Amino acid sequence: MPEETQALEAQFDATVAADRRIEPRDWMPEGYRKTLIRQIAQHAHSEIIGMQPEGNWILRAPSLRRKAILLAKVQDEAGHGMYLYAAAETLGVDREDLTERLIDSRQKYSSIFNYPALSYADIGVIGWLVDGAAICNQVPLCRCSYGPYARAMIRICKEESFHQRQGYELLLAMVNGTDTQREMVQESVNRWWWPSLMMFGPPDGDSPNTQQSMAWGIKRHTNDELRQRFVDMSVPQAAALGVTLPDPDLRWNADRGAHDYGEPDWAEFKAVISGSGPANAQRVAHRRRAHDNGAWVREAAQAYADKQAARTKEAAA
Amino acid sequence: MSPHAQEQDPTNAYQSLSETTEHDDPRWAFGSGFEDVQAEIEAPVPDGADAADLAEYCLMLGDDALICSHRVSEWVSNAPELEEEVALANTALDLLGQARVLLSRAGHVEGAGRDEDALAYLRGEAEFRNVGLAELGDDLDFGVAVARLLVFSTWRLALLSRLRDSRDPVVAAVAAKGVKELTYHRDWAARWALRLGDGTDESHRRMQAGLETVWPHVEELFRTSDVERRLVDAGVATDPAATREEVDAVLDQVLAAATLTRPTLPGRGTLGGRAGRQGAHTEALGHVLDRLQSLARAHPGASW
Ligand SMILES: [Fe+2]
Ligand SMILES: [Fe+2]
Repeated sequence: MPEETQALEAQFDATVAADRRIEPRDWMPEGYRKTLIRQIAQHAHSEIIGMQPEGNWILRAPSLRRKAILLAKVQDEAGHGMYLYAAAETLGVDREDLTERLIDSRQKYSSIFNYPALSYADIGVIGWLVDGAAICNQVPLCRCSYGPYARAMIRICKEESFHQRQGYELLLAMVNGTDTQREMVQESVNRWWWPSLMMFGPPDGDSPNTQQSMAWGIKRHTNDELRQRFVDMSVPQAAALGVTLPDPDLRWNADRGAHDYGEPDWAEFKAVISGSGPANAQRVAHRRRAHDNGAWVREAAQAYADKQAARTKEAAA
Repeated sequence: MSPHAQEQDPTNAYQSLSETTEHDDPRWAFGSGFEDVQAEIEAPVPDGADAADLAEYCLMLGDDALICSHRVSEWVSNAPELEEEVALANTALDLLGQARVLLSRAGHVEGAGRDEDALAYLRGEAEFRNVGLAELGDDLDFGVAVARLLVFSTWRLALLSRLRDSRDPVVAAVAAKGVKELTYHRDWAARWALRLGDGTDESHRRMQAGLETVWPHVEELFRTSDVERRLVDAGVATDPAATREEVDAVLDQVLAAATLTRPTLPGRGTLGGRAGRQGAHTEALGHVLDRLQSLARAHPGASW
């Protein structure tokens, strides 16, 4: 390694070690850049794909207030996607290219959105568990070593906490409603609980990149630590709703000061991330369709902008 | 959910997850965005106005907003760019907010105990009072969506700017806030009409086709119903016919700048003189309501 690079690397390491931020113009190791691009892009894609299961219910929301809440939430998710693509762009990639990688299935998004939203209770459960799990994952990212990502996450986390609370509030209303509504909530929790636990990624023993990400200050906690935190947070919330979490092994362990819980079905997790979840094909096809249907519109905007630039130039000449 | 004592850290969203405090943040309460108007909803019917007429007028303005909001919402997760995703959802949300207040006012003035949800979810097609343009589908063709919103927002902006002086406090309040919202919607639609009209050959053709799809529904916008005529006299309503000049002028200006041609298609015919304002709709409204109302109707007695 040339001396100059060594000095740069030492400076990078010192910045990370001191818990300061790396900014786009700073030197960074290629692996750091690549890891961040992959992670931020995957995160951005998740926000955008995540609009689909909930968008599926906007037109049918059962009250106008619920419709307003859901519309605003899905609008927030589009905004999150925008901030995150912008953060990825500071690393030298562009949104259009990342979108191509998503619709060609060369890049992934969160496994959770490969499950279908089948009832309105799912809107509440997605807010409570899915946004809740996302927050557990994302709060530590507010202190991520890469400045633009950390700043995007601060903004996003605030909005996510509204989503979580609004979801929970919908479930409270539903469990205080009719028997059918209570059944809908329980049925939905049964379907979403395990996939929510899988949102934290594979168990630590099977997560080869975790150590490097932690050394780089991208990750602060291991997958299992975050999963534990989520379980501990969710148990009393489930009790307050009067719903059962579908895990016979779930119980308080006084020695650990934490809940013991069962093993998620990691074979299912692997199948879902490798493309054969219940809704993978549908989600990607939907995104591709929207992108393709919009191609003529984006071309028109570009052509118009080019014409305007030429006109301005002409007027100035 | 037990409240934990955690240090105050603005980045600590965990905190809010376990909070049990009253939700006083306006985002949390999530009303219509017209919270300050809520008190007015129960205001008395202005002197000289008939209560049934006022209820019906609020339905007209409210149903236009509700049904158009539904059509715009169909774009969620289908927009050509993320910026447009945000803009369209925002437009749908603004219109929905207007609809909620107007339907609440209609329900209150009617005095039969119907709230915004009873009116949105439990009326049949013939009881809706929106114009045909609001219910027009676009099959996710952006050219049609832009044309529809351009005409709709130009017209509604002209109506609402006049209604700021309405003697009905709710109509006046919705108009005051709505003018700002509609100004943004119209601006967005006009800018897209320019880009599409003066973009590529394909976009020009599709934007022009969008206008042709929308045009048969334009004439209805300027037709004055009996209810409106009586309420104009009472200082509550505005005469839609009087907005024609302004709407035409705006549209002509946008279309000319966008190198588009104003269609010369005839207006859609009425059913013996009846159209949207009298509950005579196109076939499209039934399909809109099938979706909009399905879940609410499947669970009578449920609370959401
Ligand atoms: Fe989000
Ligand atoms: Fe969210």
